[in-house]
Amino acid sequence: MSLPHLTAGFLPLLDSALLVLARELGIAEEEGFTLGLTRESSWANIRDRTALGHFDIALVLAPMPIAANLGLTPIAKPMIAPVMTGLGNNAITVSAAIWSAMADAGAPGDLAAGPAGRALAKVVQSSTRKLRFGVVHQTSSHNYELRYWLAASGIHPDRDVEIVVLPPPLLPEALGTDGLDGYCVGEPWNSVGVAQFGARIATTKSSIWQRSPDKAVGMRSDWAKQNPDLVAATIRAIYRAGEWCQRPENRLQAAEIMARPAYLNQPVDIVSRALTGQIDGGVHQVTIPDFYVPHEGAANFPWKSHALWYYSQMVRWGEVTPNQARAEIAAATFRPDLYRAALAPLGASLPADDYRRDGDQAQSHTIAAVTGTMQAGPNRFFDGKVFDPDAVDSYIQSQATK
Amino acid sequence: MPSPDLSILIIDENRIRASIIEEGLREAGYARVAVIHDVNEVGRTIALTMPDVIFIDLENPKRDTLEHFFSLTRAIQRPIAMFVDRSDGTMIEKAVEAGVSAYVVDGLKKERVKPILDMAISRFNAFSRLTRELEEARSALEERKIIDQAKGILMKTKGLSEPDAYALLRKTAMNQNRRLIDIAQSLITAANLLGP
Repeated sequence: MSLPHLTAGFLPLLDSALLVLARELGIAEEEGFTLGLTRESSWANIRDRTALGHFDIALVLAPMPIAANLGLTPIAKPMIAPVMTGLGNNAITVSAAIWSAMADAGAPGDLAAGPAGRALAKVVQSSTRKLRFGVVHQTSSHNYELRYWLAASGIHPDRDVEIVVLPPPLLPEALGTDGLDGYCVGEPWNSVGVAQFGARIATTKSSIWQRSPDKAVGMRSDWAKQNPDLVAATIRAIYRAGEWCQRPENRLQAAEIMARPAYLNQPVDIVSRALTGQIDGGVHQVTIPDFYVPHEGAANFPWKSHALWYYSQMVRWGEVTPNQARAEIAAATFRPDLYRAALAPLGASLPADDYRRDGDQAQSHTIAAVTGTMQAGPNRFFDGKVFDPDAVDSYIQSQATK
Repeated sequence: MPSPDLSILIIDENRIRASIIEEGLREAGYARVAVIHDVNEVGRTIALTMPDVIFIDLENPKRDTLEHFFSLTRAIQRPIAMFVDRSDGTMIEKAVEAGVSAYVVDGLKKERVKPILDMAISRFNAFSRLTRELEEARSALEERKIIDQAKGILMKTKGLSEPDAYALLRKTAMNQNRRLIDIAQSLITAANLLGP
């Protein structure tokens, strides 16, 4: 009997690694389905083609299904995200000229978000023109994390600078041809900017908010309801691909697979930087072991509190008017219940709660698991703020735009 | 009936396809049609033409840029753009499969947009068909030339008439279970290798 076939949309980004590995390592087949991957050219296409049923599942920007359920997108098809494709994997890159001004303003080049942000604030203040930053989509982690970094550094993202949208592969060249002063994007497009266009990495997602979510596997709610076994198989395949990719000895092989023409079509030595945590910022090479966390510390678990954090940022930047019903819609988009159901048979360690605080742990620490305990990574925001999912309203108020 | 007062903007990097869609819209009675080939020009053009309907090729990677632009214009009280009708999945499906997606100003009645969308889709399909036929015609012509050349070689080297040369090529192809064009190509290659 032939296995059921799933078609998945993806964009050329390292975040698609777990989908790609699920296919290339034969994990999907072991879980009972064949996986076809279609490379897309824009996040809007990924979203619309998933909503229309062209793709069964897709690599999505984690805020994207939330935005769909909140009515921010053209096709109002309910979407869910039952599994995350890892944590981190983004950075903020600036042009050589902006970097040189930042260095004069005291940026040390160590990729730490705080000092780099303070230096950029001075550059923005003294600049005779508005600096222009690129992100990959409006409802993206990149947009929210760039804005978070700017705002916490004293730069108003809507007043003091301009933010525009471009697809990931087009960002490095836009910077190289002076169309942009900086951008926030997933790897390898920061390293490509450094290697090909003389750009400098200013800071990383892992420094702005340690072990923070970025992408998920998304799907239509009605498809998920009709195909519970395939949803569970998908979750297990991503989980197991994550487990494989987490092991340091597999990272170079993962880089070799991702570098292929069908995926990133980039040199292995550039692709491997994020996977091995050896980030060449163009100033120093910096070792960041948790630049990308594919699996450990419940990295694939779709925390409802993370969905609420995205919601808080949508409210913060005027995309959504806050109310209790919308907060509930946001939280309901992430589906830890499906994640638990799919992984319980594997005897996997599962968090006891669907919500957690973020920003309160500087070190790896123990959290309650369904049976016993499990380890979770540090989760600090660089400005020291704490996100408490039980107090979303006061968090939103504390971030009110000045 | 078409609504000639509607302003329509086409964004397509493929100039020929854009002009085919544009022409069709004009023939259908829409007088206010603008075409741009680069999303980066969209800001200026939107300010000038204030389009009610925008067409963009789904393969255009700058769709994200366009969406963001629309959300920015909302902030300064300009019209918002969206898909034709959130409820009409089949129509959107059709549009998406045709490679065209339509963004329509919020509040515009779908009856007014549907004929435009249908027209654009049929034009898009016509363009695809045209491209395919052109490609087929071009390769047929190429094959014809190769077969003529192979026949010429056989006529010269074996003293055959033209129908006999053709019959020999065809028989060889059938015997070897290969395409006539492949046999002809092999013959030309061999003749070139062996020739003076």
